[in-house]
Amino acid sequence: MKAPVKTPGSRLKRPEESLVKRLTRQQLFIPIAALVLLVLFNLIADYKFFVVTMKENSLGNPVLSGNIISVLDNASELVILAIGMTLVTASSGGQDISVGATMTIAGSVILRMVCGSQVTADTMQMNLFLAVFIGIVVTAFFGAFNGALVAYFNIQPMVATLIMYTAGRSIAAWINNNQLPIVNDLRFKYAGTFLPGIPVPTPVFITILVIVVFWLVLKFTNLGLYTQSAGINPSSSRLNGLDPKLVKLLTYVILGVCVAVAGYIRVSRSGSINYSRNAENIEMDAILAVALGGNALSGGKFNLYGSILGAYVIQFLTTTLYTYEVPSTALPAYKAVVVILLVVLSAPVVREKLANLKKAPVKAAKEVA
Amino acid sequence: MPKGIAVDSQGRLKERAAMSDTNLLLTITVVVFFILYLSAVLFLGGGFAKPQNFLNILNNNASLIVLACGMSIVMITGGIDISVGAVTCLVCMVCAVNLERQGGSIFTVILIGLGIGLAFGLVQGFLVAHLGIQPFIISLAGMFFAKGMTTIVSKEPVRVTDEAFLAIKDARITVPGLGSPNKLGEYIPAYVEVGVVIALLVVVVLFCVLRWTKLGRAFYAVGGNNQSANMLGINVRRTKFLAHVLCSLLAGLGGILYFLHVGSGDVANAAGDEMNAIASSIIGGTLLTGGVGNVIGTFFGVLSLNTIKRIVSSLGFDEAWWSNITVAAMLCLFLVIQSVVLLRKNKK
Repeated sequence: MKAPVKTPGSRLKRPEESLVKRLTRQQLFIPIAALVLLVLFNLIADYKFFVVTMKENSLGNPVLSGNIISVLDNASELVILAIGMTLVTASSGGQDISVGATMTIAGSVILRMVCGSQVTADTMQMNLFLAVFIGIVVTAFFGAFNGALVAYFNIQPMVATLIMYTAGRSIAAWINNNQLPIVNDLRFKYAGTFLPGIPVPTPVFITILVIVVFWLVLKFTNLGLYTQSAGINPSSSRLNGLDPKLVKLLTYVILGVCVAVAGYIRVSRSGSINYSRNAENIEMDAILAVALGGNALSGGKFNLYGSILGAYVIQFLTTTLYTYEVPSTALPAYKAVVVILLVVLSAPVVREKLANLKKAPVKAAKEVA
Repeated sequence: MPKGIAVDSQGRLKERAAMSDTNLLLTITVVVFFILYLSAVLFLGGGFAKPQNFLNILNNNASLIVLACGMSIVMITGGIDISVGAVTCLVCMVCAVNLERQGGSIFTVILIGLGIGLAFGLVQGFLVAHLGIQPFIISLAGMFFAKGMTTIVSKEPVRVTDEAFLAIKDARITVPGLGSPNKLGEYIPAYVEVGVVIALLVVVVLFCVLRWTKLGRAFYAVGGNNQSANMLGINVRRTKFLAHVLCSLLAGLGGILYFLHVGSGDVANAAGDEMNAIASSIIGGTLLTGGVGNVIGTFFGVLSLNTIKRIVSSLGFDEAWWSNITVAAMLCLFLVIQSVVLLRKNKK
C-alpha cells in the first residue's frame, strides 16, 4: 500500500521534478503538513502546550499529564474507528455514519453485562473479558446488518447506516431500560484510565495493540488486496474469483469489532454512559480522519497509516481548540470548515486547476532557460 | 418530456419504466397509509377517529412536510442533503434571537429564514454541482456547521414573547364540515395552523413544478441518467445546483414554519428531522438512486411515518426511544422493498 511515487522507476521518469512537487504528491503529505502546521502554531502561540509533567492522579499514582499525553490518550477511540472506517471506505466507497451510535450500544451492552441486575455495581458481576467479548459480538452483528444492506441490497452505505444512526442510541438506552448503570470497580476503569504503576494511559497501549494487529493482518493476509479490488472494480474482482459482496460484508464486520473496542475504552473512562452524548459526532471525525489520510472517499486504494495519522491530527486540532476555550458544542462548526476546505482541496476539479496553475510558470521558466 | 413517450405502449423506454415505478411506489405508499390509519381507527379507536387528531398530525409536521419535499427533489436528482434538520434549528434560533433581542418583526423573520436557507443552498449546491464533491460529505459538514453555529448564537432556549408573532402562531383556521363534540357536548370545529396551509401550498406548487415545467423534468432526467440528460441538452450541473438551492431554501422555509409552531429557539429543535425527512421521502417512493419520486408520495410518507409513531405511542410504548426505533425499522423496510424492486427490474 505504499505510494507508487516511492519506486525508483517513477523517479527516473521525471528527473526534472522539484523536491517540493515530489513531496506534495506523497499521500501522507496532507496529514503531515497539517500536523506540522498545528505544532508550529502551538509552539509560537504558547510553548507550554508541549510541557509534560508527572502528576498524582486521584488514586495517588504518579502519572504523566499534559496536552500531548491527552492528545495521545483521547485520540485512541478515533484511531481505532478510523482503521475500520478506512477498510469500509475502501471496499464500499462510502462511510459508516453509525459508529457513534453503535459505540454507544457496545458500551451499553458491556455495562449491562458487568452490572448484572444492579444499576450501580461496586464489583463486577461478570468476567470483564467475557463482557467485552459479548460487546464485540453484538456490534459485529450490527456491522453485519449494515454490511448486508450495503453489499446485498445495494443501498448506498451512508443511507444504509443512517438506520443505525437513528436507532442506535435508542437501542442502547433500551438495553439498559434507560437507566444509567455505574460501575465503581477499579478494574473496570483500567482500560480507560491507568494501570496501577504505569504512568502512560492504557488506551495508548490498546491503540498500539490494535494497530499492530491490523499491520500483521494486512502483511500476512490478502485482506488489503481483496478490499481494494472490491472497491476499485467489483465486477472484475468477481470475475477473478473474489466475492466482492462478502468482502464488503467482512469489512463492515471488522468495523463493528473496532467499534466495540472503541466503545469499551469510552465507557471504561468514566464507568458510566450518557446515551445521547456518548461518542457524539465521532463519526464525523472518523470520516475526516480517513479523508485527511489522503484516502479517496469514493473507495479503492487505501493507506491505513494515513488514516491513523489523520486521526491524531484531528485530536490535536480538537485539543488545541479546547485550550483556546472554544466550547465543545461549538466545535463542530470549526471542524466543518476544516472538512469543507479539505474536500474542496482534494476535489478533482480543483486539483486540475491547481495543477494547471503550477504548470504554466514552469513552462515559462523553461522557455527562458 | 413529450407526451408521446409517456403513452408509449411498448414499455421499453426508460422514462416510461421510471414513471410507472413512481406510480407503483406512490400507490404502495398511499395504500400503506390508509391501511395504517384505518387499522388504527378500527383497533385503537377513540382518538384516531376524531378529525382534529388527524389534523394535528399536519399541525405538528408542517415543517417536516416542507423539508421532506425539498429532500425529495434533491433525491430525485440523485443527491442527498442531511443538513436540513440543522438548518431548521439554526433558522429557529436566529429568528428567536432576532425577535426577542433585536426587535425584529415577522418580515425580518421571513427574510432571515429564507436568507439562511439560500446561503446554505448556494454554498452546498456549488460544492456539489460544480466541484463534484459527494453531496453526503458536503451536507454532513453543513449539518455540523449549522449545529455549531446554533450553539454559538445562543446556548439557552429563547422563548418568544412578541405579540404580533404570537397572534400568527396561535391563529387557527377552522376547517368547514369537520369537528367533533367535546366532553361537555359542545361542538368544537377542527382547525389547522397557518403553517399547514403554507406547507400544503408548497406541496401543490412543487408537484406542478416537477410535473409540468422544464426544470422539473430536468430533475428527473438528471437523476435517471446523467449522461443521457447531458446529451438531451440539459445543463446537468445547473440542474443539480438548483436542486440543492431549492432544498436548502425549503429547509429555511421549514425553519420558519417550525418556529411558527413551537415559538422558541432551542438547540434541540428539529433534532433528527433530516432523518425523518429522508425516511418520509423513501417511504413516499423516492428512490435513493435518483430519477424516481413524487412530492405527493412524500406528503403521504410524512403522514404514514407520524401515524406509525402515534400508533406506537398509543400502544403503550411511550418512551421517546421507541419512536426512533420505529422510524429506523420503517426506513429499513422500505429501503429493502425499493432495493428488491430495483434488483428485479434490473434482472428483467
